[in-house]
Amino acid sequence: MATSPRATQQKFEPWTDPDAKPYVRIEKVTKKFGDFFAVDDVSLSIYKKEIFCLLGASGCGKTTLLRMLAGFERPTSGKIFIDGVDMTSIPPYERPVNMMFQSYAIFPHMTVEQNVAFGLKQERLQKDEIESRVNDMLNLVKLGQFAKRKPHQLSGGQRQRVALARSLVKKPKLLLLDEPLAALDKKLREHTQFELINIKETLGVTFVVVTHDQEEAMTLSTRIGLMNHGEIVQVGTPSEIYEYPSSRFVSEFIGSVNMFEGRLVEDEPSYVRIGCDDLEAPIYVDHGVSSAPGATIWAAIRPEKITISREKPDATDNWTAAVVQDIAYMGDMSIYLLRLDSGKVVRVTQPNIYRHADDRITWDERVFLQWYPESPVVVTK
Amino acid sequence: MKALLKRAGLQGRSVVAAVPYLWLLLFFLIPFVIVLKISFSSSLIAMPPYEPLLHWTGEKVLQIKLNLGNFAFLVEDNLYWKAYLNSIWVASVSTFFCLLLGYPIAYAIARSNPSARNILMLLIVLPFWTSFLLRVYAWIGILKNNGLLNNFLIWIGAIDQPIQMLQTDFAVYVGIVYSYLPFMILPLYANLEKMDLTLLEAAADLGCKPWQGFLKVTLPLSLPGVRAGCLLVFIPAVGEFVIPSLLGDPGMLMIGKVLWTEFFNNRDWPVASAVAIVLLLFLVIPMMYFQRAQDAEAGGVHR
Amino acid sequence: MNQGRNLFRTLVLILGFAFLYIPIVSLIVYSFNSSRLVTVWGGFSTKWYGALLRNDQILNAAMLSLKVAAISATLAVVLGTLAGLVLARFGPFKGRTLLSGLTTAPLVMPEVITGLSLLLLFVTMEQIIGWPAGRGMTTIIISHITLTMAFVTVVVQSRLSQMDDSLEEAAMDLGARPHKVFFLITLPIIAPALMSGWLLAFTLSLDDLVITSFVAGPGSSTLPMVIFSKVRLGVSPDINALATILVAIVAIGVIVAGFTMSRQQKQRERDAQMALAANQQMIESVKKG
Ligand SMILES: Nc1ncnc2c1ncn2[C@@H]1O[C@H](COP(=O)(O)OP(=O)(O)O)[C@@H](O)[C@H]1O
Ligand SMILES: [Mg+2]
Repeated sequence: MATSPRATQQKFEPWTDPDAKPYVRIEKVTKKFGDFFAVDDVSLSIYKKEIFCLLGASGCGKTTLLRMLAGFERPTSGKIFIDGVDMTSIPPYERPVNMMFQSYAIFPHMTVEQNVAFGLKQERLQKDEIESRVNDMLNLVKLGQFAKRKPHQLSGGQRQRVALARSLVKKPKLLLLDEPLAALDKKLREHTQFELINIKETLGVTFVVVTHDQEEAMTLSTRIGLMNHGEIVQVGTPSEIYEYPSSRFVSEFIGSVNMFEGRLVEDEPSYVRIGCDDLEAPIYVDHGVSSAPGATIWAAIRPEKITISREKPDATDNWTAAVVQDIAYMGDMSIYLLRLDSGKVVRVTQPNIYRHADDRITWDERVFLQWYPESPVVVTK
Repeated sequence: MKALLKRAGLQGRSVVAAVPYLWLLLFFLIPFVIVLKISFSSSLIAMPPYEPLLHWTGEKVLQIKLNLGNFAFLVEDNLYWKAYLNSIWVASVSTFFCLLLGYPIAYAIARSNPSARNILMLLIVLPFWTSFLLRVYAWIGILKNNGLLNNFLIWIGAIDQPIQMLQTDFAVYVGIVYSYLPFMILPLYANLEKMDLTLLEAAADLGCKPWQGFLKVTLPLSLPGVRAGCLLVFIPAVGEFVIPSLLGDPGMLMIGKVLWTEFFNNRDWPVASAVAIVLLLFLVIPMMYFQRAQDAEAGGVHR
Repeated sequence: MNQGRNLFRTLVLILGFAFLYIPIVSLIVYSFNSSRLVTVWGGFSTKWYGALLRNDQILNAAMLSLKVAAISATLAVVLGTLAGLVLARFGPFKGRTLLSGLTTAPLVMPEVITGLSLLLLFVTMEQIIGWPAGRGMTTIIISHITLTMAFVTVVVQSRLSQMDDSLEEAAMDLGARPHKVFFLITLPIIAPALMSGWLLAFTLSLDDLVITSFVAGPGSSTLPMVIFSKVRLGVSPDINALATILVAIVAIGVIVAGFTMSRQQKQRERDAQMALAANQQMIESVKKG
């Protein structure tokens, strides 16, 4: 286990392999509560040993989708396959799936040990097998010495581990985690994120994680499924989602972004030029874009991909003038808010490379912003 | 096989629901249908002392006799009307005094320090665990002409002749307020206790004087508790039998007593049934109201 | 000003509790009065307790009442738990409103109506199917179950709606079938509510006069019926003695319950401290790790 988990993940991309069989297949699943579409026509493929994150704002239907995987809700329409078997109408107690609940749902009247053993007892395993598996699992999550404690004698972080151990001890094919880290404080959360990745590597389980925290999704996942109003809006690796958002919604949801509205003024297969009323020069993008001529499109530029300088660039494209309106010093970097002549405010981040910079750009200075042709992401919706 | 198992699961659920359902249908709902039926029958000197309502006459012809006489009787004899109105009056007055007494007590407990609250509430419900009948009986000893209260008043010199208190309406009010006070305090306390006190601080911060804060924040927010408490006292008090018969004037007209007398003394079951049906009609609106409140409180529809 | 409010609060509480407890205290004090004229003090005596113990009518009635209360409370807990479970956990279904109406109505229904309707039911049933033959303990028990299960239902339903229902889902997720979930998870967690439901049902049954009078046969008089027929004729010192015994039982029960509760409370506080310490440990280990 000397290699870091991230290193192994980089080579792990079964979704790019056309021959790979998805482990979980969600086909056109819709769930209605009354007239309300909690999950709306979702199709997803999740592969073995993935950590798949369902990311989205609160109320967008993540938990409902997860509960359909666990078997607590039945899809109004659509099908769910796990390892090739149609699970749509199998009750939760017969699914090879375990779930870690947002509230942890630790049985208050049982000790840590009894909680973890509960699932194995339902399988009617031998007593000594149960005992050894429970012990192994408690050691894995570092709770060995708390085996005899009752849940109310545990801290939040320990409860989270009990819940994790309890759902892992049955060796599920698929582990579902609903906001697994939301109840922990920041330090513990970061620590546990890496531990989750380690556990996944050790046991080779497939994870589906629900979270509303994009940082968490970025750190944990092999791929992210971004949800909005019950629909999946984009599926991709963290960097795909960040660097190649497919819509304004995605680019604005993940990280921060400057969005420039405009229309195509030059439309070639190898490049495009976008005229934008807010900017002094057009935006030049070094690849083609498929869009109806004359239609409104948007160019999204991340704050860290814009540079600030005092000299006016002599390029014809990809620059604009601005006045520094506000500066926030964050230590590792600074955030600049710059007002364009049109009144639009642009956000730019710059790393603080030098410790003493006497000549820093400061309030109310007139400056010029510039970016590379590869930086803008053009979205049509 | 799977389908079979699932059907079994579904059936298990149905059985769980069916047992209490059937019990309540058989022993709570159907009885009212029978009461309704018998209220339309005429009385007989027999056992049971009423004419059957359904009759098989000869050639399998079902004959239904509806006798509205019992209800006509209730309308003609103004004793019944007076009894109904008096019961509602007595119940209303008692509910009012229960609220007047119960609100400050519930309020005082809800605002005392948290460790004392549970003990104080325990003391409120404690009398409830001892016999209701005996607690009403205790008031006979207090309200009698030579009872505790009269003796006390004479001893401090407030009066020199005992006042007649037992067997008056006053005694009935005291009895009802005393017996039903915990039912008023419980929902009020539950409501006041869970109130967010920072609301009052916010009100004070915005310039409310304490009494204004009470009138404009606490009181409106506690209305659900007031409503539940009042219904919990009013509805059973209307049909109260024990308290007026032990503490009230023997001639006092309360509908619970009238029903009892019709049934046990006059053995006129049809009229007793008609009395019950009309009483039920009087109470059906407050009861539905109560049911709605109760359902909302219990978190009726889940998740 | 704050003091004024405190004073008001204390005054309200003193007056309120005086109102609630003076009648009970007076019952107890006069049970030790040797004079037959209950409210005229004639010296200390325990002779009414002796008289009570020699009163076969009261003793038999008390036995019957205890039997009825124990049986009906137990069955009411079973039925009330099922009803509470259905209402709190089965989601919306056809007939749910009717069921919830049927369980709350007995809470407020005037007893004269319930009593009369149950009696008429028993008479009709006897005419049609020949059961229950005559009226007595069986009919009393059935009536008391119907009355008291409503209270149990309310207690259980409210406990269940406080309980995190993901506990039950978690058990199911770990492979337990619905009936096992109920016995292994739900039941142990709501056990205290069932206990208080049972006590409530027991007390209500022991105390009921009106419904019982309707459905009791000539040979079966419960304790409240005997007491009622006695006190109707005026005060009677052996009833005071009986009341004192009842109050003593309740007081002992409450003291025992309060004692165990405060012990559990202390235990919980200790546990909370331990958890806090554990948390500290955890943070330390994370810092190191
Ligand atoms: N049992 C239910 N009945 C009705 N509406 C529900 C139910 N469960 C969830 N919803 C609704 O569905 C939407 C999605 O809920 P959920 O999946 O819990 O969102 P998320 O986990 O993304 O925050 C919410 O608007 C919620 O109110
Ligand atoms: Mg959620």
